[in-house]
Amino acid sequence: MLNRKLLAAAVGAGALLAATSFARADEAYIPLISKGFQHQFWQAVKSGAEQAAKAEKVKITFEGPETEAMVDKQIDMLSAALAKKPNALGFAALDSKAAIPLLKKAQSEHIPVIAFDSGVDSDIPLTTCATDNIAAAALAADKMASMIGDSGEVGVIVHDQTSRTGIDRRDGFLNEMKTKHPKIKIVSVQYGGGDHLKSAEIAKAMIEANPNLKGIFGANEGSAEGAAIGVKESGKKLVLIGYDSGKEQKEDINSGLMAGAITQNPVGIGKCVVESAVKALKGEKLPAKVDTGFYWYDKSNMNDPKIAAVLYD
Amino acid sequence: MTMQSDAAALAGEGRTSGLRARIFGPMALQKLLAFASLILLLAFFSFASPAFMQIDNLLGILQATAVDGVLAIASTFVIITGGIDLSVGTLMTFTAVICGVFLTYWHLPMWTGIIAAVATGAMCGTISGTLTAKMKIPPFIATLGMMMLLKGLSLVVSADKPIYFNDTENFYMISQDSLIGYVLPSVPVPNAVLILFLLAISGSIVLNRTALGRYTFALGSNEEAVRLSGVNVDRWKIAIYGLGGAICGVAGLLIASRLNSAQPALGQGYELEAIAAVVIGGTSLSGGSGTILGTIIGAFIMSVLTNGLRIMSVAQEWQIVVTGLIIILAVYADILRRKKS
Repeated sequence: MLNRKLLAAAVGAGALLAATSFARADEAYIPLISKGFQHQFWQAVKSGAEQAAKAEKVKITFEGPETEAMVDKQIDMLSAALAKKPNALGFAALDSKAAIPLLKKAQSEHIPVIAFDSGVDSDIPLTTCATDNIAAAALAADKMASMIGDSGEVGVIVHDQTSRTGIDRRDGFLNEMKTKHPKIKIVSVQYGGGDHLKSAEIAKAMIEANPNLKGIFGANEGSAEGAAIGVKESGKKLVLIGYDSGKEQKEDINSGLMAGAITQNPVGIGKCVVESAVKALKGEKLPAKVDTGFYWYDKSNMNDPKIAAVLYD
Repeated sequence: MTMQSDAAALAGEGRTSGLRARIFGPMALQKLLAFASLILLLAFFSFASPAFMQIDNLLGILQATAVDGVLAIASTFVIITGGIDLSVGTLMTFTAVICGVFLTYWHLPMWTGIIAAVATGAMCGTISGTLTAKMKIPPFIATLGMMMLLKGLSLVVSADKPIYFNDTENFYMISQDSLIGYVLPSVPVPNAVLILFLLAISGSIVLNRTALGRYTFALGSNEEAVRLSGVNVDRWKIAIYGLGGAICGVAGLLIASRLNSAQPALGQGYELEAIAAVVIGGTSLSGGSGTILGTIIGAFIMSVLTNGLRIMSVAQEWQIVVTGLIIILAVYADILRRKKS
């Protein structure tokens, strides 16, 4: 008999939830299936999407698996999202190939698909909202060059050599140095897996091996924060430039240990997805790719509201 | 305690004696309770959202249950012995990776990959069983070690990258094609679900009709008594863990075929979902009692809940909260029922 009470309570609670989900049934519905949801980066994407949804008067939901390894769970989310007969769909694929059958289904049902973050390896998405990592890393190279007087030795610590972001940030930095700052010599490119400790050891070894080293570029949060630890432990003064944000990185910039860093614009990514979807629903043409932008930040502009909005702990 | 265990063992023996007892006995009541909850969930969600009771969505739920359900069957055997297997998720991944090595790296025919996956599963399960039975490492620790070991090995063997089955044209069919769809084109139930049900039926037969099944219950009820009656307890225990491992190999094939790739970083966390399904299905974590049917219903309760909350667009944070509450409620209801009977 107690079971009945429990069930009644559950049904009651559920009915409340149901009521909220019915409330705005007449608005266009756009689910966003992301690569994650509890990381600060994805929360920032979500808040951007929510802002745009409010402005455009559409309803969105934002979901992503708990880890970036859970490819099958993401497919289940995509499948449930399609069952809701959405007007459009935002999707950041963990594995493009695994999602193709469902994306084809979306296409056959004339649901416009907008890709975001690293995008989808297919021509189904109408556009992709992502950071131009090559251009962003080139900006880091320019900043480095101006701070070390456009000549000298520089080292690079990258998170990995296989991921799209790793490759783009490394090549963007190296190519910019080669073409625009020929007097700067890249003495070493090392991979630390985005691991703080490993990156710290790499930084220390780089400093030992190259006594004239003037600067280090860390290509993601872990690489940059690790490099900062390495530089601090070695006791040497050099120009350190990071990527993304994070509590430690922000503190390092405030204390002067790090000269500055590049931040992506996760809020802008979220806005772009919803705005592109709305445009697609109105039948407007979309560009193949939207660069959602990136910013250079350092001690001087960290508290600027525009910058502070895209930084996270 | 002993009285209770003996009673459970007797119930286990009694199961084989009569159809009547199976339908109206206490185990049947448990199934009924879980089944009623499942029906209630289905009714509730179809009332809450018109998108829920659509054939496409129901097929989606079935597909989503296949892998978790198979892992839950593997866990049921081990849990009935009073043990636990935390390695089922990463073992599934490891068998998928081994299958990828056979088919994509070595270009061998598809059937070798299938055998390799199941055999790898059985072998790893046997190792877990040996660690517990012969070396007396508690199953929680032994399989925790295996979980991490296999996770690492999957990454090592695949060099951290997914292995795609592009060279094996028909590999996707294992999960994604629909034999039922050829007969009944309007309900193309994916093969993965067919495999889940076939495995559930054969698992039930093994559990209720064979010596291995009887010893599974007996070990969970009173291992010492079984030992004292001259049975080679270790051998049976190793066999049960081995069987669980082989079933994980099937799960590995299903997930690899569904994603058309072996994703090496996947797997951790799946063991907990499997355990939740087993427990919701009325199998006691202290061993000695349980059914495969209950486990399957438990797995469906989990996946219907996940899907239904998604269809209702409940915020993801709250989905997790609700799922946790339902697990606690389900198990508490079971405890109340046991007290009464």
